[in-house]
Amino acid sequence: MSRLTALILAGLLALTACSGSSAQSGPKSLRMTVWTANEAHLKLLNEIASEYKASHPDVTEIKFDSIPADGYTTTLTTQIAGGNAPDLAWILEESAPDFVASGALAPIRGKVEKVDELVPSATKLWQKDGELYAYPFSTSPFGLFVNTSLVKDVPANWTWDQAIAAAAASGKGLVLPDFKYQNWAVLSAIWRGWGANAWSEDGRSCGFASAEMKDAMSFIHKAIFTDKAIPGPGTTVDFFAGNAAMAISQISRAGALKDAKFTWTLVPLPSGPKGDYAVIGQAGVGVMKRSKNAEAAADFLGFFTNEANSAKLAQFFPPVRSSLLNAETLAKSNPLIKPEQLQSVVVEGISKGVVKPSHQGQEELNQTIRAALDPLWKADADVDSVLDGVCAKIKPLLERK
Amino acid sequence: MTFWTYRRRDNLVGYLFVAPALLGSLAFVLIPLALVGWYSLNEWNVLGGTFEFIGAENYERLLSDEKLRESLVATTWFAAGLVVLNLSLALLLAVLLNQKLRGTTVFRTLFFSPVLVSLVAWTLVWQLMLQPEGSVNGLLGVVGVDGPNWLRTESAAMVAVIVVQVIKNVGLNMVLFLAALQGVPAPLYEAAKIDGAGAWTRFRRITIPLISPTILLTSIITIVGSLQVFAQIAVLTQGGPGTSTTVLIYYLYQQAFQFHHFGYGATISVLLFVIVAALTLLQWRMRRKWVLHES
Repeated sequence: MSRLTALILAGLLALTACSGSSAQSGPKSLRMTVWTANEAHLKLLNEIASEYKASHPDVTEIKFDSIPADGYTTTLTTQIAGGNAPDLAWILEESAPDFVASGALAPIRGKVEKVDELVPSATKLWQKDGELYAYPFSTSPFGLFVNTSLVKDVPANWTWDQAIAAAAASGKGLVLPDFKYQNWAVLSAIWRGWGANAWSEDGRSCGFASAEMKDAMSFIHKAIFTDKAIPGPGTTVDFFAGNAAMAISQISRAGALKDAKFTWTLVPLPSGPKGDYAVIGQAGVGVMKRSKNAEAAADFLGFFTNEANSAKLAQFFPPVRSSLLNAETLAKSNPLIKPEQLQSVVVEGISKGVVKPSHQGQEELNQTIRAALDPLWKADADVDSVLDGVCAKIKPLLERK
Repeated sequence: MTFWTYRRRDNLVGYLFVAPALLGSLAFVLIPLALVGWYSLNEWNVLGGTFEFIGAENYERLLSDEKLRESLVATTWFAAGLVVLNLSLALLLAVLLNQKLRGTTVFRTLFFSPVLVSLVAWTLVWQLMLQPEGSVNGLLGVVGVDGPNWLRTESAAMVAVIVVQVIKNVGLNMVLFLAALQGVPAPLYEAAKIDGAGAWTRFRRITIPLISPTILLTSIITIVGSLQVFAQIAVLTQGGPGTSTTVLIYYLYQQAFQFHHFGYGATISVLLFVIVAALTLLQWRMRRKWVLHES
């Protein structure tokens, strides 16, 4: 048995010996994890990478590693845990607080070209103590896509009551493609119109039991179960295939409508009792601090996000540079969306928008809230008591340091 | 006196022969197992890259974790439902298909074929069939039953994941039972018939005792398997609605890979290991009581 123990110890030593890290000199190869597998996206990313390599002979390879969006963060953290962290990574807004606070990311402020022209509402999530830890390369507002083959009359300034009535009347309904009765954070695209928040600004107290939230959730519940304007739990309805009248989605999804067999338009989110508002989803790209090539990676990030490349990326990923954030620039690369739509949904959305809820320990909060909200998705649910229940469940998580 | 005596050389050859297998299980079984034990004594923050020894703290957390208790309840329901349904259905099918009738081969193939289908593909198809407007409720509607929203109602979701898993794997146990049934000597049945035993008595007094070693084997495999079901839960319910289908292994996955509590996740997997080992040991002990030829 003692021989076995010795063998195990030897194995352990060998394992730990492999995981030591040190700065690397000589030819470098970089790897960036991304959640897109879209050919047009990857083609553009590779073009930018080739250009960088041409001027930086020491970087021999820049590889974009596509990980499916579903489970992206889980896969990324598993790679990090396994000692196989990428050099750069795309990060979803909901994981931003965890990544920024943990110290996993290298500071990049000094590497970003004209850092002062980044829109403050877009960089807020990625900063700590005045330092920037990821570049928000995609800031995508939520808008209301309407199938005008089904809904003829679309006023520019809808209220939620009117929009839901129109959705119900069309017989096809309004969908939230990413919600699936699981990703509750998507509902913030509706409840912000009531002035509701998942939690307070400092993240310490729960907002689900607030009067605003109860009103907003009652409205959503009624739209689903009484008005039948939103398809109920367990059913899948695809707006992009023409099966729904409206969809609340991010404008980066407009690409999916390229070959649509129906006519459509894009309008800002309807106004709620608290007036006009905007909600944005975000993605940042950061440099892993423990990467052997962190320096080179940060340098590439600076190039990747400079003014010229941001303009190129803008055709897929709405930019946060004030110099690029105007309808004319966006129109050049977004032939599917009209300039006035870009102005009202994208430009104004980004400047006045609130980012989808995110918090440290987001995934645990996600699962806890998902489970606590499940009783709400029944016709006879008591909205107020379900929401009080959500707060009871997440209180200890919010109060945790 | 040389060092390389015949005996020593013989031993060396033996060790060399087993070395590849031994190294394999060392690298992929024993070392990971030891590491899980070690991780369970630490707080491991993957993102921050910190790894801190905290002794038995994770084990203390097991005792006060309310979600763990919920997940143990779900696991018990799942395992009990699966084992009872799977074994009785497998035995029933095996007995039916053991008759010398035309077409039994077709049915054997049919019932066994789900075993060969890719698990995730199988589950995804079921997910579509279990939608409120899906084919399962469509079929129920034909006979006048108003089916529930299977994956979104607490009790129905548990039934759904059990049934999906049973239909997937029942063929395997069925084949094992069939083989065992065919090993029961026919003269025993004839003798019993002459003594006036009815079909039920023959089944109870002859079939069951003679296939009891297979019953033991299938029940161990099925119980251990039921504690390791993951993909079906991940695809069909993600542990919901509420936490009604968050079985232990899914909770482990959530803690370690979704919430980044790798140390606590390792602790739960130690608990799972202990439960599986205890159940297997228990059944192994009990075999003397009810498995023929063992007492």
